[in-house]
Amino acid sequence: MTNKQKMSGADIFFECLRLEKVEYIFGYPGGATLKIYEKLYDIDFLTHILSRHEQGATHMAEGYAKATGKVGVVLATSGPGATNTVTGIANAYMDSSPLVVFTGQVPTHLIGNDAFQEADIMGITRPITKHNFIVRDVKELAPIIRKAFHLASTGRPGPVLVDLPKDVINSECEFNYPENVNIRGYKPTLSGHVNQIKKAAQVISKAKRPLLYVGGGVIMANASQELRSFAIDYGIPVTMTLQGLGAFPGTSEQSLGMLGMHGTYWANQAVNNCDCLVALGARFDDRVTGKTDTFAMNAYKIHVDIDPTAIDKNVSVDLPIVGDVKRIIAELRQAMPGKPDVAHWMKQINAWREDCPLHYEKEDGKLRTEYVLEKLSEKTQGEAIVVTDVGQHQMWTAQYYKFNHPRSHLTSGGLGTMGFSVPASIGAALAVPERPIISISGDGGFQMNIQELITAAYLKLPINFIILNNSFLGMVRQWQELFHAEKYSFTDLGASNPDFVKVGEAFGIPSVSTDKIDEVDGIIDQLLAKTDGPMLAEFKVVKEDMVFPMVPSGGSISDMIVKRLNPQRMI
Amino acid sequence: MRHTITVLVENTFGAFDRVATMFSAKGFNIESISIGETEIREISRMTIVTRGDDKIIDQVVKQLNRLVDTIKVVDLTEFERTERELALISVNYQRASLEEVKNICDIFRGNVVDINSQFITLEVTGPPAKINALVEVLTPFGIKEMARSGTVALKRGERAKPQKKEVA
Ligand SMILES: Cc1ncc(C[n+]2csc(CCOP(=O)(O)OP(=O)(O)O)c2C)c(N)n1
Repeated sequence: MTNKQKMSGADIFFECLRLEKVEYIFGYPGGATLKIYEKLYDIDFLTHILSRHEQGATHMAEGYAKATGKVGVVLATSGPGATNTVTGIANAYMDSSPLVVFTGQVPTHLIGNDAFQEADIMGITRPITKHNFIVRDVKELAPIIRKAFHLASTGRPGPVLVDLPKDVINSECEFNYPENVNIRGYKPTLSGHVNQIKKAAQVISKAKRPLLYVGGGVIMANASQELRSFAIDYGIPVTMTLQGLGAFPGTSEQSLGMLGMHGTYWANQAVNNCDCLVALGARFDDRVTGKTDTFAMNAYKIHVDIDPTAIDKNVSVDLPIVGDVKRIIAELRQAMPGKPDVAHWMKQINAWREDCPLHYEKEDGKLRTEYVLEKLSEKTQGEAIVVTDVGQHQMWTAQYYKFNHPRSHLTSGGLGTMGFSVPASIGAALAVPERPIISISGDGGFQMNIQELITAAYLKLPINFIILNNSFLGMVRQWQELFHAEKYSFTDLGASNPDFVKVGEAFGIPSVSTDKIDEVDGIIDQLLAKTDGPMLAEFKVVKEDMVFPMVPSGGSISDMIVKRLNPQRMI
Repeated sequence: MRHTITVLVENTFGAFDRVATMFSAKGFNIESISIGETEIREISRMTIVTRGDDKIIDQVVKQLNRLVDTIKVVDLTEFERTERELALISVNYQRASLEEVKNICDIFRGNVVDINSQFITLEVTGPPAKINALVEVLTPFGIKEMARSGTVALKRGERAKPQKKEVA
């Protein structure tokens, strides 16, 4: 191309984002990104969301990404701006969420000089990104951005960081956006091995006790529809991981709910007794398997995943199929020679379901988290997007909220990052304005990115911020009670929590609080009715409840604890 | 078991670091690692010697493949291959005689590359086991310093087939 006009790095940056159809950037300005912000001032094809902390921006981008499947985009300055994104990037890496994180960097000639606000963000994020780039020449900028979006969103998705030295952004070159991306070391396998699929279909159709173990990969691959058709056509029961919830309707007879450490009794019994386990987009995480030697010990294991490293990593399988889980489920369905006879198996599962249902104390008239969650599930009919934080309330949500749709349960699974919910719900609310957004936190985690309340309030996002206040770092307290000699070391927040209603109001958010069961209905109605901005509700719940069932870390299903051993301790 | 894995990587900023970071992040062991140019300018070859059972080596190969900068990964262990390492060993010859050290050097087909009144520096190449043997023989003399290149290796005969993106 001759006489093409030269463009500055900053202009190229925005031109690339326009071509990538970016709707939102979540960011925070600083010295190294001033030039980009100067251009941003006049840009109208995308919206910049100003967070109040770069960790907040990164979780917002992930909330957006999880709710839509699109790439979440972050822009932070060099040094502290960049390091503030680290937890968010690690979170996205563990949960395979597509992000592109742009960080400012000191000018190339100063790199390595301990210049003002310099941090080696490339080195820092190497183990927590799918890939990262530093742009050393403005000519590389467009090709690198193209590659970054491609890498983030294809194969097993993940965060990609692009480090932008200040001088590169200020220099000029001709703009050419590559049409195609060709990275010779990166060619994800999409179609599964035909014979493997055939063999899997044969094994499944002959199984007496088949079980589908569904992970977040099914949601990421937009394969819920295929999963539903496959499971329903062949009557195979489905259990889901924390990240898989919503892939299959929670209200279905065939749904066994979540498996693993805080999974349902019947889901874990089904895993323990199945003769054919089909793992779909799941990774045999230790919170799912407990002791790997005894996990689904007698089952023929089939594992479908796009990431070859997930295969045989934690648990050895009999039949691996690498590829796009969406295609493979559809092909499996086609290849099934017949329907497995599961009548007896379903009867057995239902007997377990009746033996040991989810249970909480209802007689003493005290407000409990489980009750609030049951009500929420009922009143929203499983149609809301629920964004949880980390802790007991997260596990209870997984147990009690009946998700109907994929991309409806957004949570920090792999990294378990407290402070995820508040900012992630903002990303989700921007992405999906038509559905109710419920952010659920404990009193501990709510305070970890509390500054982002103003972002929600300022943008008038109709998020329902729910605090389940048990006055404790509840999940840690639970472990202290069960495994650490009841030494409640630094987990009692009762005396040091702020007044959450006043906090909400200080941010301009209408806020209410209750500890009464009979006020829950009314408050939830009020929350759901408010659509012109956020609202906050604090539910003061019983202090010392524990999440059951529980398979202790590294234990087998036979070690499952189903209720408190010493019921007197129940408050 | 000991495995020799050869990895072709893009000759880009941080490619080597990415491999090293992955090994430490995953807790894999590295016995030796070497990197150098290949016949193609923008591609480097890394040779990694590692130890582990089948399950670990399977993960090592997959995790290497997963890195965006890696183009081809081959576990050479199961193939006919040539493995070589270069060592420079500086030995005190005063305890025995110069003659004796030089004899040993000849047996191992090494070269003398430096000498002064007390120390003689030998250069020797060969399979790592040969270098180990030489080191053992020279230890009683007093090894002052030693530098080993780490193993480099190539498959013999036909070109190694890529294992990239292949699964069990
Ligand atoms: C950033 C971070 N720090 C510490 C932890 C460890 N941790 C896991 S759960 C938990 C307690 C959470 O308490 P709270 O937010 O009140 O929720 P609850 O368990 O009471 O529902 C803690 C401290 C964590 N997951 N994340």
